[in-house]
Amino acid sequence: MNNNKQMMASSSGGSWKSGGGDGGVSDQFPAGLRVLVVDDDSTCLMILEKMLRHCNYEVTKCNRAEVALSYLRENKNGFDVVISDVHMPDMDGFKLLEHIGLEMDLPVIMMSADDSKSVVMKGVTHGACDYLIKPVRIEALRNIWQHMVRRRKHEWKDFDQSASADEQKPPEEPDYSSSANEGNNWKNTKRRKDEEDEAEERDDSSSLKKPRVVWSVELHQQFVAAVNQLGIDKAVPKKILELMNVPGLMRENVASHLQKYRLYLRRLSGSQLPGGMNSGFMGGPDAGYGPMSSLNGLDLQALAASGQLSQLPPQSLATLQAVALGRSNNSKSVIDQRNIFSFENPKSRYSEVQSQHLNNNNNINNSNNNNNNNNISSNINNNSKQMNLLPGIPTNIEPKQFVSLHQSGQHSFGSMNNQVQIQMGGQSQSQHQVQSNTNAHMLTRGAVDMSSKVYNPVVSVSQASSVNSYPLGGSLGNPNVRATPSGDGNLDAKVSVGGIVPSYDVFYDLSQTREWSLQDSGLTYDQSSLLLQHNHSSGSEMREQNQNLGGGKVMFSPAVDTRTHLNGSNIGQQRNTYIKTESHSDGSFHNTMYSEQYGQDDLLAAILKQQQGVGQLNNEFGFDGYALDDLPV
Amino acid sequence: MELNHTNRQINVTRNSLFEQGYLDEQFTQLEDLQDDVNPNFVEEIVTLFFADSMRLIHNAETALENYPLDFCKLDDYMHQFMGSSSSIGAKKVKNECTQFQECCKVRNADGCTRAFQRVKQEHATLKRKLQTYFQV
Repeated sequence: MNNNKQMMASSSGGSWKSGGGDGGVSDQFPAGLRVLVVDDDSTCLMILEKMLRHCNYEVTKCNRAEVALSYLRENKNGFDVVISDVHMPDMDGFKLLEHIGLEMDLPVIMMSADDSKSVVMKGVTHGACDYLIKPVRIEALRNIWQHMVRRRKHEWKDFDQSASADEQKPPEEPDYSSSANEGNNWKNTKRRKDEEDEAEERDDSSSLKKPRVVWSVELHQQFVAAVNQLGIDKAVPKKILELMNVPGLMRENVASHLQKYRLYLRRLSGSQLPGGMNSGFMGGPDAGYGPMSSLNGLDLQALAASGQLSQLPPQSLATLQAVALGRSNNSKSVIDQRNIFSFENPKSRYSEVQSQHLNNNNNINNSNNNNNNNNISSNINNNSKQMNLLPGIPTNIEPKQFVSLHQSGQHSFGSMNNQVQIQMGGQSQSQHQVQSNTNAHMLTRGAVDMSSKVYNPVVSVSQASSVNSYPLGGSLGNPNVRATPSGDGNLDAKVSVGGIVPSYDVFYDLSQTREWSLQDSGLTYDQSSLLLQHNHSSGSEMREQNQNLGGGKVMFSPAVDTRTHLNGSNIGQQRNTYIKTESHSDGSFHNTMYSEQYGQDDLLAAILKQQQGVGQLNNEFGFDGYALDDLPV
Repeated sequence: MELNHTNRQINVTRNSLFEQGYLDEQFTQLEDLQDDVNPNFVEEIVTLFFADSMRLIHNAETALENYPLDFCKLDDYMHQFMGSSSSIGAKKVKNECTQFQECCKVRNADGCTRAFQRVKQEHATLKRKLQTYFQV
């Protein structure tokens, strides 16, 4: 055992993953698997540690979730799999699960003495890759390495898929999968060899038009970290690229993303860009917002209609309203309500999101929202024009709901993405992507705690058609309540009620289709933005999901010509965009998960867009590839 | 001779613990984990368990004295307690915990109190028995 460990350590700093070139490491696999165990019960912790050591794994144990998170954050590549208890005093295991999914995208195994179906289901919907019942037997632990492999594989696949039109992914969506999202780290390490070809392909194409880089949440996080490290003033693409050290990422990708990011920051800092919220990341003309207003109405209605989202609808509506209101009339109060919705993001999406995202999870949202609202309102105001409160839609956003919406907040990054996306409309695409990725991650990862709530309605919309996959897979965690204008009235997706707000999809599609006649669809815009987001993150996940569009899944069909339908009533039909929901069979929840992230942002974006007037969106979306580069800054 | 005798005694004690339902196969798992690196692993775990559980029992007792009973909290404590006792294979204790949780679910205050007494009892019994076992 010891030897193995040492070998591992030497080969790749303790990570056998990187043993691509290290034959010794791979031979030893799964020995040396780096496991982080979190459980407040010291007895269990000790037993687990012993068992895992007996499996030849490298074990780190901690009895507090916060400590675990800090371990993970300090050493992003330091662990391969996380095992966490469900009931912990300082943080709910599911919340931790979401965080991890969003931020690190590691496989997380939940465990508990509670084996009731509802709890296990919760684990599943939150993205846990397995659920162990206590007392845990060593046999159950021996095979946990499979989760790591599976995840890596998926990530790579996403990566590859974009390049190599995997059969899983619908050919039209090459974008989302890979490009450097998800697991950049993994990419670098494990699959590097496999992916190399694809990466090269991608790189080559990037010379012309940059292969669409999917700015997943993770990727964006890395980007933001690099930028912060350099200082926003001194952050030049070349340096950022170096710091990020993501294989396959081109300087141009970073440059365009940076451009958008700068715009986004500028936007956030209060400069109310006239008519364009988007400026944020999207850098492009704010055109996207136009649809937003329409979205609001639609989304809310859709959400309301969706019934399932019982929780959401009010929230989303509220959010939408808030957003709409926020935009139109700085009304803070409105926004406050909205806070609940993912809209929190809207305001300061970025700023707030970051701080909030972790907190939001439920309580903070309200407070945050308020803060956000203020910010957003300022931003929104610009756009506000048409934000008409959704008639008949209860605007009372419950903190809970909001929280879920804001869930994405957890992943501040994610929220950022969302926000960015929405605003940018066209531009946002890239941003969305990032966000969506993040979101997707978050969602998929199961971070979405709201999942239970939200996503139902959206799913219905899922248009089996092009589910492009907004593979929100990213554990969007944030139940964005995106009121995606689902024609059927399911705003679903976007309203991230806990689940993934498919809204992203909607937006995504919108963007895709470019033709959004944003005016009516309002929502469409958001969709595109959402779509963007989605595509990246879960790439593979989404794709698959999309494919499954089976009933519950909300599929995002990015390329949707349905944009025009987005008007809300049709949104359902649009399917493309909205559906983001993870077509996973396990139920829309996953989808919602994605959407959650998006939802918030998307909603906001949508709203904004609406205000802006749809027309603008058209240009901006060029989602085709989400490539950031494509977006005109 | 003596050694054999001791070993036999250990086995007898151990077997009786299993037969009487105090311990289950999870305990065997722990025994399997014991190796040269941690020759007293099982004993260490058991000691840790009892230390931890004393705290939980104490908390539960305090909670039981506060009326109206906070069933959620009690359920939480018991859940934790059940988790650890099942991890070491303390079968009877675990069963009593389950009973307690059932009472909590239906909000049966009296039932909870009684169940808790049984939990405490089983816990104490097991502790005694295991201490004897380890001394051998």
